[in-house]
Amino acid sequence: MSAPTTSVRARTSARTIVWLQGLAGLAGFAALLEIVPRIGLVSPLYLPPFSTIMVALYKEMMTAEFWTALGDTLEAWAIGLVISVIAGVVIGIVIGSSQVVRTLTHSTIEFLRPIPSVALIPLAVLLFGSQIQSTLILVVYASFWQVLIQVLYGVQDVDPVARETARSYGLGTWAQIRYVTWPTTLPYLMTGVRLAAAVALILAITSEVAIDTQGLGKEISDTESGGAVAAMYAYLIVAGIIGVIVNLGARTLERRVLAWHPSMRLDSVEARA
Amino acid sequence: MKTAVPALPRRIAATLALPVALIATWWFTSAHSQNFYFPPLRTIVETFGKLWFSSQAMQNVVPSLVRFSVGYLAAAVLGIAIGIPVGTSRNLRNVLEPVLEFLRAVPPPVLVPVLILFAGLGNEMKALVIVSGCIWPVLLNTVAGVRALDEVLAEVVRSYRIGPFTRFWHFILPGASPQIFTGLRQSLSIGLILMVISEMFAASDGIGFALVQYQRSFAIPEMWSGIILLGIIGIVLSLIFRAFEAWILGWYHGLRQSQRAN
Repeated sequence: MSAPTTSVRARTSARTIVWLQGLAGLAGFAALLEIVPRIGLVSPLYLPPFSTIMVALYKEMMTAEFWTALGDTLEAWAIGLVISVIAGVVIGIVIGSSQVVRTLTHSTIEFLRPIPSVALIPLAVLLFGSQIQSTLILVVYASFWQVLIQVLYGVQDVDPVARETARSYGLGTWAQIRYVTWPTTLPYLMTGVRLAAAVALILAITSEVAIDTQGLGKEISDTESGGAVAAMYAYLIVAGIIGVIVNLGARTLERRVLAWHPSMRLDSVEARA
Repeated sequence: MKTAVPALPRRIAATLALPVALIATWWFTSAHSQNFYFPPLRTIVETFGKLWFSSQAMQNVVPSLVRFSVGYLAAAVLGIAIGIPVGTSRNLRNVLEPVLEFLRAVPPPVLVPVLILFAGLGNEMKALVIVSGCIWPVLLNTVAGVRALDEVLAEVVRSYRIGPFTRFWHFILPGASPQIFTGLRQSLSIGLILMVISEMFAASDGIGFALVQYQRSFAIPEMWSGIILLGIIGIVLSLIFRAFEAWILGWYHGLRQSQRAN
């Protein structure tokens, strides 16, 4: 009885130590940002001390502009991500379900994928100016491929025995997709969603910096050209924090879905038996 | 039984069929296009030939590629060089991991305004932007790769008291290389994005600069040809990368295949 409790306690204390070490790292990083400009290693005009940035962040957070910018960025990110995930899943399943289509489209996908989405910036500007559609073009083009490729891997991974069983039992196309293809593809899809979520955020903010669509990126370039350097760093930190949240959120979502996936299948087998 | 048609010609046909069909569709549907933004493909191709096979174009293409290569290679070397000690020491890793996760999560293009402050508008700024964006995937993947090294091998290396250089060159680097290549591949597209973005912001030459000029002066066929050029560069870089990876990681893919066969 005592052995498991001590091991649990040992594990929690080890985890606490890791947490403390991480916190120490973050505190050290903040201290570095405070000290380096203070002792004049870098001009405070270029890099204000951390405390000044925090004050600027607090002031910005009191303005409505900050929250609108944050909302705009998240809106473009979310819409773009949803479009690319839906398109990636639908097109991926259609292409992946047929060997012929897969072979025929392979080269085209491999050619289109490495085209940098920022190449589309001039086109987006001409077509939509600095409206949200410009951002969406870039976001969707960049994150769509991440989802599509993973879905294609996933569909290919379907157990042939399961597929043939489904066919012998006379399952229709829809039922096959729903009960055979989809469960196998899901873990791959989640990897694609995680990658796409990070890429979508990068491209959303990139387009705000480069095309001046509304959002955090525009605030960053505006504060920079307006000489409000501390505010610029404040926005930069916010962008970083959002990035961390997106990464952590996507990873948590993935873990949930992956944990749920085999257990759910077991449940359904038991329920039917 | 099904191989009535010889395999190789059939594969070539399968590879080329759709691209040819797509380009042909674009060519013919746009042939008489009056739409200002979507000129005939014919015009674009002619502009492409005139624009990018001239000495004037080389003045834009060469600087871009030099910036990209310098930044990307520096990021690769730095990322691996920092990633290995961080991956080897558990305490160092625990302390630095949250900071690194944060730095990686900062979308790299927002560093352009910051680095303009530090390094002005010159080539150093552009190379620095590329380095500061490309380094994180390499660094974090190196850390993960070093961390996942075979423990038995690590103990063998330790018991035989193999020196630091041999340990690095024959154990750590090859062991972590599949993961390092994952990072390098992610950095490739980030580097290309940053090259274009940094040139769009502040430059007097480069592909990104040219692209913005064409767009602002409504030189639409020129703009399209620039987009196509960037696409070709992206494709060529990824092909070079894949060849390099196949060369360096050939042993690894072979190993994986033989493991799967068993």
